[in-house]
Amino acid sequence: MKLRFLIPLFAFFALVGVLWIGLSLDPRALPSPLVGKEAPDFDLPQLRDPDTRFARADMLGKPALFNVWASWCVTCRHEHPMLAQLSNNGVPVYGLNYKDTRSDALRFLARYGDPYQAIAFDEAGMVGIDYGVYATPESFLIDRHGMIRFKHIGMITPEIIENKILPLYRQLEAES
Amino acid sequence: MRPYPFILPLLCLGALALLIAPGSLLANPTAPPSEPMTFETEDQEVRYQRLIRELRCTVCQNQNLIESNAPLANDLRRQISLMIRDGAESQEIVDYMVARYGDFVLFRPPMNATTYLLWFGPVAMLLIGLSALGMILYRRRSQIGAGDLSEEEQERLRRLLGEGDGGKA
Repeated sequence: MKLRFLIPLFAFFALVGVLWIGLSLDPRALPSPLVGKEAPDFDLPQLRDPDTRFARADMLGKPALFNVWASWCVTCRHEHPMLAQLSNNGVPVYGLNYKDTRSDALRFLARYGDPYQAIAFDEAGMVGIDYGVYATPESFLIDRHGMIRFKHIGMITPEIIENKILPLYRQLEAES
Repeated sequence: MRPYPFILPLLCLGALALLIAPGSLLANPTAPPSEPMTFETEDQEVRYQRLIRELRCTVCQNQNLIESNAPLANDLRRQISLMIRDGAESQEIVDYMVARYGDFVLFRPPMNATTYLLWFGPVAMLLIGLSALGMILYRRRSQIGAGDLSEEEQERLRRLLGEGDGGKA
């Protein structure tokens, strides 16, 4: 009978627990409806050479990382060395330069290095909309058939490379 | 006495007008003037205005597309207006957005396994509250019932009440 008086205390701790979990969640990390679907088609001019094109089909045949970035995006600058690390690990990295200007983007690459195999130049951001981009940087791991297998919103960290991207990449590489 | 007795009220009115004017402009936002959206029919305009209020901007998450100044919201408004002018149904546009950004873009989320808690949580809370209230009230009533007086106490009560009446009379 005495335990009844502890009910408010338990209720309080339950509430604290729920709020604690709520605080630890990232409200920006939305589940993407694109994972498990075909990567949307596109055909855009390349960033480095406006006269050549870069299309979705150019990424196929081998699993690849498709990274959405812009020179105005501060987090992209912090993320940039991670892309070089992935590239050094044998992961083909392709870029979608999102709502940027060509001169700013090229200056960014000249200054921080260029780990990309090819970069599509999406000045109007329409391909970005097709990929559901809302918070650069965003990265998609696409398998050899063009299926999106993993999406990461925000900066790629060494932990994400070690625990998510590289293991999944090796697995996709082994798939036929 | 004062040379210009009407100046002060006029100033007050002017100040009031200045205070009210921006407020009334903000009260009912329409698409920013930087992007004039023209539609062929009134129906298209109405559907456009309804859609940009129902769809969420995923960048600034608690604003809908009409409230948000994020570049993405701007792009999405333009995309919606283009689709409407091309004759797309409202549902087609909603499906287009959901396919890219997920159910999260809807301010009226659909009912599915991930949203049961959202839809039924408040009702469940209400039921829990009501049943707790009912239990407390029921218990209190049975406590009142259990407080019956013994013969002796009844007698004493009658005597006290009787004396009280007698004293007044």
